[in-house]
Amino acid sequence: MSMDRRRFLKIAGVSTVLGLGGASVMNGLSRRGLEASQATVTPDPKGLTAKRWGFAIDVNKLGSPADYQKCIDACHNIHNVPSIENPKHEVKWIWNETYEHSFPGTEHEYMNHEFKEKNFLLLCNHCAQPACVRVCPTQATFKRKDGVVMQDMHRCIGCRFCMAACPFGARSFNYRDPRGKDANGKPFIKVENKTFPTRMIGVVEKCTMCYERLAIGQQPACAEASNGAIVFGDLEDPNSEVRKIINSKYTIRRKPELGTQPSIYYVIGGSEHA
Amino acid sequence: MLEKALTGSKRYWTWVIMLLGIIGVGFIAYMYQLQEGLGITGLSRDVSWGFYIAQFTFLVGVAASAVMLVIPYYLHNYKKFGKIVILGEFLAISAVTMCMLFILVDMGQPMRVMNVVLHPTPNSVMFWDAVVLNGYLFINLIVGWTTLGAERKSLPPPNWVKPLIYLSIPWAVSIHTVTAFLYAGLPGRHLWLTAIMAARFLASAFAAGPALLILLVMFVRKTSKFDAGTEAIQSLAKIVTYAMITNVFFFLLEVFTAMYSNIPGHMHPIKYLFVGLDGHTNLVPFMWTATVLAFLGIGLLVNPATRKNESILPFALIAVFISAWIDKGMGLVVGGFIPNPFEKVTEYSPTIPELAITLGVYAVGFLVLTVLYKVAIGVKEDNAYDTGHH
Repeated sequence: MSMDRRRFLKIAGVSTVLGLGGASVMNGLSRRGLEASQATVTPDPKGLTAKRWGFAIDVNKLGSPADYQKCIDACHNIHNVPSIENPKHEVKWIWNETYEHSFPGTEHEYMNHEFKEKNFLLLCNHCAQPACVRVCPTQATFKRKDGVVMQDMHRCIGCRFCMAACPFGARSFNYRDPRGKDANGKPFIKVENKTFPTRMIGVVEKCTMCYERLAIGQQPACAEASNGAIVFGDLEDPNSEVRKIINSKYTIRRKPELGTQPSIYYVIGGSEHA
Repeated sequence: MLEKALTGSKRYWTWVIMLLGIIGVGFIAYMYQLQEGLGITGLSRDVSWGFYIAQFTFLVGVAASAVMLVIPYYLHNYKKFGKIVILGEFLAISAVTMCMLFILVDMGQPMRVMNVVLHPTPNSVMFWDAVVLNGYLFINLIVGWTTLGAERKSLPPPNWVKPLIYLSIPWAVSIHTVTAFLYAGLPGRHLWLTAIMAARFLASAFAAGPALLILLVMFVRKTSKFDAGTEAIQSLAKIVTYAMITNVFFFLLEVFTAMYSNIPGHMHPIKYLFVGLDGHTNLVPFMWTATVLAFLGIGLLVNPATRKNESILPFALIAVFISAWIDKGMGLVVGGFIPNPFEKVTEYSPTIPELAITLGVYAVGFLVLTVLYKVAIGVKEDNAYDTGHH
């Protein structure tokens, strides 16, 4: 993410020639600078690595609404996700949704009401074949070697092609200035986490699998707050905990027929560890 | 040649000033959007493209339709189109200009637009759309300006421009095909996930574009000494007729596949458009208006008596144009987002600033069109005067 002098001059020069306004370029660069200060040039030896990161989410272990909220708050607080009440302009990285809306087309008229209404935690699926990455015209969204589908909010032009492409509704657009305030004068970001960048208006954002935490050896925030309901690990490693769960229990993924190959598995039933 | 646009009647200048006024209002609305963000539009997390992108999609069709004059004239030597082929090319220039502006006003971070060039991404259909639209604009600018310049000197167009004219034919097809691919390649958007999308786009384009062109030609005939000729108008009207029939036929194919297969995901958006879904019916009256106008237009155009009657023909063409505009400019884009990936319905309707910006962009397009047509018709009037036929 860091930028050398040559590249800085190139971009600033091209932008000036094209009359795109030096000020906005400088803003863009200073935000990048913030991110660059987090990513170290030599990887932290404590950093977590994998061939393909994935989650197994056991919704049966998330009993009460408070359990869900803990995971959601953990994520949204550290990532400065603005809380915008208007559902049309809402920004969310992780949220809950009933079974029938999480897995549309699989509900049926005889399904017991309790299951139909059961809450599932939804977030970006970090698909192995992500449609959003395929359509992005600037590579602002891209797939890392370890499976994380990233979003560079500083490169995003806000065309929202990725939102049309994502079949999981995992992407949010900043229709309002996330650093701004609501009609009552309350800031959208209640308490800003200074170690993670806030976003500007007009860009798309989403869950980035806590890449900044993985880099320093920490689990994703939702998994850490889930009390064992969300297990995070390497799907390619047969001995990882996440693989053991997938091997021993019945799991489902959202819309597998679309071929995007989600990396999030929802545990429905089966015995404890095999 | 451009100096011809600098002299004109009082009506010409009134029209130009009116357009500038609308552009001004649109520009102020756009400044407001730039300041406040796209939250001032009716767009949402669920319906993330709306009026802007729909107008873009529709106008790509209008731009592509110039090929309906270029093919008969340059490939089949159909002389009757010789006088108006330039009007088709200039309409294309105006339409592509509007397309680009609609993309720009839809962007969340328009000052980053050059990122598409700085980070070219061949796997993105949007990258290719930018390439083909820019290419089409330049081809038509060069071809249109050069052939008109030659015409002014009563010379045939230079030879070097011929390959560009032939290139413009597949290129016109490409702009609408690539635009269809923006939609048709997305998983999980059932209304758009159809192999016939590009074909439908072209059929609708070849109906709506020439319909608009005939109306313009009839207007030009009334207000200047330039007459395209009845035969050219009638030939173009037949093109509109069969393109519109094909367009409706393709649409019915979509309806059959979705409804007879009985697959819920495929039926939902079509139900939303025509009968409403879960009590949400915003677009229903518009879609039925489009349906009635489509059949009315086809009825009047297929029947030679009404098609040849030049006081009825404009109404038939307006019916076809509005029908195609509702289908593409409203139903197609919004319908693709409903229901959302959770099978819930969030409806969309444009806001006042959004409509002001849209009108502003249309006014820019009409201003470009007015200036280009003024030049073209000026040249043609001069030539008619010089050679003595009026």
